Amino acid sequence: MVDLSVKIGDITLQNPIMPASGAFSWEYGDVIDLNRLGGLVAKTICREPRLGNPTPRMAETEAGIIQSIGLPGKGIDYFLENIVPEYNKWEPPLIVSVSADTAEDFAAMTRDLSVDGVDVIEVNISCPTKAPSGGNFAMHSEHTKLVMDGIRAATDKPVWAKLSPNAGDIVSIAVAAEEAGADAVVLCNTFLSLKIRTDNFRPALGNKFGGLVSPALKPIVMRMVYQVAQECSIPVIGIGGVTKAEDVVEYMLAGASGVGIGYAGFRNPTALTTIIDDLEEWCDERGIKEISELIGAVRDDDIEWDPLVAASHGV
Amino acid sequence: MTDLTPEDKYSAKPIRIGEVDPHPDKPAGEFISIVVSNDYVNDEYLKMVVDVPDRALTAKAGQFFHLLCPTPDGAEVWMRRPMSIYRVDSENKRLEFLYKKEGRGTQGMAMLEPDDEFNIVGPLGVGFWLEEGWKNIVVLGRGVGLATLAPLSQLAAEHNVGVTAILSARNPEVVMSRDLFEGLGANVIEVVDTDDSSNVDNVEKILEGLIADGKADAFFTCGSNRLLTLMKRLGKSHDVAGQVAMEQNMCCALGACYICMRTFEVDGEKTLRRVCRDGPCFNMQEAVGW
Repeated sequence: MVDLSVKIGDITLQNPIMPASGAFSWEYGDVIDLNRLGGLVAKTICREPRLGNPTPRMAETEAGIIQSIGLPGKGIDYFLENIVPEYNKWEPPLIVSVSADTAEDFAAMTRDLSVDGVDVIEVNISCPTKAPSGGNFAMHSEHTKLVMDGIRAATDKPVWAKLSPNAGDIVSIAVAAEEAGADAVVLCNTFLSLKIRTDNFRPALGNKFGGLVSPALKPIVMRMVYQVAQECSIPVIGIGGVTKAEDVVEYMLAGASGVGIGYAGFRNPTALTTIIDDLEEWCDERGIKEISELIGAVRDDDIEWDPLVAASHGV
Repeated sequence: MTDLTPEDKYSAKPIRIGEVDPHPDKPAGEFISIVVSNDYVNDEYLKMVVDVPDRALTAKAGQFFHLLCPTPDGAEVWMRRPMSIYRVDSENKRLEFLYKKEGRGTQGMAMLEPDDEFNIVGPLGVGFWLEEGWKNIVVLGRGVGLATLAPLSQLAAEHNVGVTAILSARNPEVVMSRDLFEGLGANVIEVVDTDDSSNVDNVEKILEGLIADGKADAFFTCGSNRLLTLMKRLGKSHDVAGQVAMEQNMCCALGACYICMRTFEVDGEKTLRRVCRDGPCFNMQEAVGW
């Protein structure tokens, strides 16, 4: 049977399947066995309690849903006291997602979260829906470097940097995160979107803009994962449009060491464990002994660039 | 690494999920239910009956299922639709949903035919509850809100609690849940728009009469802001406890995504709660109308 485990820096996950931050909580334990997951990823925590954005917080479009939640939560003290213990009832490592408005507070929050029971700190330096200003450092490589330098100095825990697809050049942002000492990069947060209702001429979301959540993101993020994996030596985690085991394989071929899943878990609450089962089966059927063999195994070194020759190959 | 053979097969099966029940020990599950019937019960409402595994039958009054509705138009329906349970038929291992064809979800749902598969998740949420000392309750609902209140007839009967059900509708033909309430011994009062008996003043008189007769230890409502406001006001002035079932668009329905928020007022302070997990049934006095 295939060994599904993957290494993300110093952390070993029993399989590459994780929920995406914001699309998951320990409450999914009502439906699935959380001990089967590669990691548990908590909803992004901020220092102070936040109500989040006005409703409606979700709207359907032709190509997925757009959401704008606005990082609601009860603040860091409540999180450490009440929510970390909920996750610690389960075995997989806890990945805590954190957001702050300033580089200083990002560093301070990271330090405050570096406690027993927290295994990885995922720094959400790219939330598109929190506020019109601040928080989205990952739009520029120099801001990324600045915030990541402070975060790195504040903790010995593994730090994963969650980046934004809305940045012009994702590769330079990822390189900046790596240079600042990130243990991994997570690609990526949601795509800033807008829906206007034609019945009442109003934006469909209370916060006007939202992030697109959809299988349509997969080929776009796949390209980003591929490009970043070519340039960075730290592990890449791909998030966007995974709905089946083959999508995990595809991300790994592109260079990802793990994947995050959002939408599929909304549509099918048992999707994450089903995808783990299917992934195991997919590997076993092909005699793959270790899933880590797939990381970056895309075969693109012998591409036929001559169109006349390529078109003679048929389909 | 392994040689990939020409026989390499594509095994996509994302929608296959739910065929089996992988976690029978969990409080909620994702099931493939089988449609038994799906027909109009009057000009406005349809009733769907589905065969379900045993675990789905643990559903309590006021709880809901999250339905993966098929597409009505060829385009994707991205999110599930939450729907409260109309009836749990333990004997035949079936669930019943009563609904009105309105948005794309219910339009797709209405296209399902007997023997079709229907992926449902549940049971979910906090249902209605009965407290010690309640001998008689009053249920007041309108339109499809009465589908949500209907299982209260069963719950009350099991606890030997008397029920007065005030069923409000546009006309006598579309009064819902009458049979369920009458069948379990409730005192049913119908109020309709066509003879103006459904107006708030008249319903208020009826409720005050029930309070005076000692028939109103608790109030229950769903589906109408007008009726919620009325029951809240009377409940407060006459010290009658109450519960309301709230609606909101949902995404995960498990409490993770914080999309289905509604405003509540607790001890003079406004707050947001998740309809899916903190409710959908709430203390009426804490609910803020819409």
